[in-house]
Amino acid sequence: MAGYVKNTSRPSRDASSKSQRGTEESPVIKWLLISIALTFTLVFLLLPLVNVFAQAFSKGWAGYLKALSDPDTMSAIKLTLLVAAISVPLNVVFGLAAAWCIAKFNFRGKPLLITLIDLPFSVSPVVAGLMFVVMFGLQGYLGPWLDVRDIQIIFAVPGIVLATVFITFPFVARELIPVMQATGSDQEEAALSLGASGWKTFWYVTLPSVKWGLLYGVILCNARAMGEFGAVSIVSGHITGQTDTMPLRVEKLYQEYNAAAAFAVASLLALLALVTLGIKTILEWKQEREYELAQLAVPEPDTFVPTSTK
Amino acid sequence: MAEKKFNVLPGFGLTLGYTIAYLSVIVLIPMACLILRVFEISWADFWRLATTPRAMSAYKLTFGASFIAACINAVFGAILAWVLVRYHFPFKRFMDALIDFPFALPTAVAGLTLSNLFAANGWLGQYLAPLGINAAFSPLGVVIALTFVGMPFVVRTLQPVLENMEREIEEAAATLGASRFRTFCSIIAPTLLPTLITGFTLAFARAIGEYGSVIFIAGNIPNKSEIAPLLIIIRLEEYDYSGAMSLAVVLLVISFCLLITINLLERWAGRYQD
Repeated sequence: MAGYVKNTSRPSRDASSKSQRGTEESPVIKWLLISIALTFTLVFLLLPLVNVFAQAFSKGWAGYLKALSDPDTMSAIKLTLLVAAISVPLNVVFGLAAAWCIAKFNFRGKPLLITLIDLPFSVSPVVAGLMFVVMFGLQGYLGPWLDVRDIQIIFAVPGIVLATVFITFPFVARELIPVMQATGSDQEEAALSLGASGWKTFWYVTLPSVKWGLLYGVILCNARAMGEFGAVSIVSGHITGQTDTMPLRVEKLYQEYNAAAAFAVASLLALLALVTLGIKTILEWKQEREYELAQLAVPEPDTFVPTSTK
Repeated sequence: MAEKKFNVLPGFGLTLGYTIAYLSVIVLIPMACLILRVFEISWADFWRLATTPRAMSAYKLTFGASFIAACINAVFGAILAWVLVRYHFPFKRFMDALIDFPFALPTAVAGLTLSNLFAANGWLGQYLAPLGINAAFSPLGVVIALTFVGMPFVVRTLQPVLENMEREIEEAAATLGASRFRTFCSIIAPTLLPTLITGFTLAFARAIGEYGSVIFIAGNIPNKSEIAPLLIIIRLEEYDYSGAMSLAVVLLVISFCLLITINLLERWAGRYQD
């Protein structure tokens, strides 16, 4: 989450890593802390990950493929892809619009707007799902009106999409705002003064300069959209083969004591998480490289290290 | 951002209008609907529904387990952040990348694999069961799941602050004769404390709303290992809309309070200062 902030601070660490005698712990404490950290990572992060794949393949490749080719599981995979394909682009358009007005302009109520954009992060997914039930369900405000017109939102795909959009609402905007703020608006102003239209400026100047931040936001948004459970669980209605997404399918198989099949579906989601982490790490590494190259080209005054401390 | 009287960039009205409209449709109107519906319930009924004995034990478990999980995360998160920023050791990059794993892994998968790991015949549970520790399908399981989902918060809030901390101050303390322990207590710890509390609150807030990972591992025994979000779903499945909404509003109000606390803490920690 704090990827962008983190990368800008790397060089200062390198500059100060030379003299450490008085400012370093004894080797005993150092290695004690490292082993605690490694053990914790092993038990709480690595083992759960390895376990997913170990259990998924507990009945061999044949069992794994059989579990995945189940028609209900296939339809859950399709539904998950469909929901992500609708909700991610919606939030990308919103993220670009929100980042543009927040990063490039000053207006009253900006801190409030930023807080409101972050709001879905702090709402429990279950409460989020309930909101849509209260709004569109038969007991809700719009329910009777929709029922007369035979439009179904709750316990159908539109409800799942709405809940997913709510849960993944802040991801893209949150990644884009700091990146757009950091790049400033000088380049856009230059493009405009040279006669480019607003859209052209956006496409050829703004978008390329924020592409990594955008991609970062998109992959996080996508991972969450495909993996959302609580909110979707309330609005989906759990109709097997129709409104079950992949995480809901995992739960259903688990409740049917079909653990191997549950883990097989779970392994696809875990793979998605790994790919997300992989892309994220590459993007961070790229940003870091670009930042370091920029540092080499133009030495900034605030990274200057006085000779007396060397 | 530079203060300017005239801004030549176009699209302010369009983007701000779209942002506010989309925000209203997706977030504000549904939220307002829920709150309006709860106002239709009388105060006495609301209070009765929100404080049934089953609800009270669900709150107790949700807040208790979230608090313990956030404490565990504060301690281990601080160690992880410190180790990642200050030391070089094998698998460091791998560990750094793996920290975000709980963010990326769908909560249902997390719950599934953790319940399997800590079950009496699981990889970890088989060593705990002889000691009489029932990790899965008990309140302890709730703590384990919440620790997992809240793990990255403390590490990721502390890391940038630790990286930006000026080593010169520690050097000055050392040259003035302070021991490493004293430097830690009177220089490093006070600097990191506001950020550590911010990370703690973030992990706590996340844990309170968590549903997916917990229901797999908790066993969901009423009054014993049933969390508040699960009780909302149970009420909804009983078609007890008032009951579900009353509980939801209690959680919503607590989330708002925590959000405000986090904003104040972040201001205190100076994360957004120039």
